[in-house]
Amino acid sequence: MNLDSTALDGLEPEIGAKLASRRDLFSSARRRLGAAAAAPALLATVATQAFAQGLPQQVQDVLNFALTLEYLEDEFYRTAIAKGVVPAEHAATFAQISKHETQHVATLSGALGAAAVAKPKFDFTAGGKYGDIFSNFKTFALVSQTLEDTGVAAYKGQAPTLTGGGALLTTALQIHSVEARHAAAVRLIRGVRPWTAAFDKPLSKAQVLAAATPFIVG
Amino acid sequence: MDTQYKETGRTRRDMMKWAFAAAAGAAAFGVDVRSLGLSRAFAQSGAVDLGSGDTGVLNYAYALEQLEAAFYTNVVATPYGGMDRYEATLLRDIKGHEIAHREFFKKALGAHRIPDLAPNFKAVNFSDRNSVLTTAMTFEDLGVSAYNGGGAAIKSPAYLAAAGSIVSIEARHAATIRELLKPGSGYFAGDDVVDGSGLDVARPPSKVLSAAGPFIATPVTATQLP
Repeated sequence: MNLDSTALDGLEPEIGAKLASRRDLFSSARRRLGAAAAAPALLATVATQAFAQGLPQQVQDVLNFALTLEYLEDEFYRTAIAKGVVPAEHAATFAQISKHETQHVATLSGALGAAAVAKPKFDFTAGGKYGDIFSNFKTFALVSQTLEDTGVAAYKGQAPTLTGGGALLTTALQIHSVEARHAAAVRLIRGVRPWTAAFDKPLSKAQVLAAATPFIVG
Repeated sequence: MDTQYKETGRTRRDMMKWAFAAAAGAAAFGVDVRSLGLSRAFAQSGAVDLGSGDTGVLNYAYALEQLEAAFYTNVVATPYGGMDRYEATLLRDIKGHEIAHREFFKKALGAHRIPDLAPNFKAVNFSDRNSVLTTAMTFEDLGVSAYNGGGAAIKSPAYLAAAGSIVSIEARHAATIRELLKPGSGYFAGDDVVDGSGLDVARPPSKVLSAAGPFIATPVTATQLP
């Protein structure tokens, strides 16, 4: 099938490319690689609503920012699995990913205690842009990859803020590498390289919010 | 699988054994003892000590990246039987990444870097797919755990950012190699490496070096790291 390139253009530059079969996936990969790193920064509005009640302490801010992304991922995968968009051959992969996102929500909520932000309401169609998100595996997998790559870049972008943060920094790093494992697995399923370069790039909070905001409705 | 990383009796005695071999062949490593900050440690014990502070952590990463780069250089130079184009492409990419990482630390450390380490891949059968991929998985998972466990010791936010940009690539490697070993099974982030809190493994340098030790002919110590 053809992905709706206009709807997905802003989200991810690989979009227009047809999914190659597993065995010939790298034939055109070079062309796609260069653009991929810029991916999630392109979605329009930077809304700060969900984060307006930023907690006074910088570290709590970082953790709540991470928690919001984990809420998003957790609900995304649980919904997808419940709605049956994941085919049997990939069921074990996404079950594992979903389990981890649920665990990350619990871990971060536990670390924040009463300071944890409430879970926002999500619209995974992003206002109808991805209307078939839970009925078309290709759309779902594309958004999954974007969320995972964005999650990796988000933790990476915040890590320097936690420099010297001891166990808390270690925990953030331990989540960060799990997200990277997820990203690689989803990319392989999609028939694209599991990385874009020798070094992964960070994203700023504003860039991450720009990518996540279309999925957050309140 | 985690058990294979645990200390398997590789204690001071074994370290001494490696130290012996290395001391005997020190000249072969091309170590310019006078020009290096760690020269004293090397000269006294026959082992390369990684140093202290951020320099020590960067040298620690440099040591691991040297090991990985050497490993994948061998893998690509002598492909195992049945390596198809798909796997060859992935492994070539990984080789390129590890070399880039090694060169990054080499440059960042400048004159403070440890000498070139001599790898020991005697335990690896490079013509056997399972041997190569299982070793690759060990290195990648170990690398992830090393960066995860070493991050807290880094004092400079810039260095932490650099380590962060590498560790997620190592994690992508780990997931990819695991997917080649057990496709579609969830092994890419299996319960053997991700715990019940959704956290990947983090190991202190002492544990990492004890796991990596058998693959490095040059004895390495981290007496000034956590």
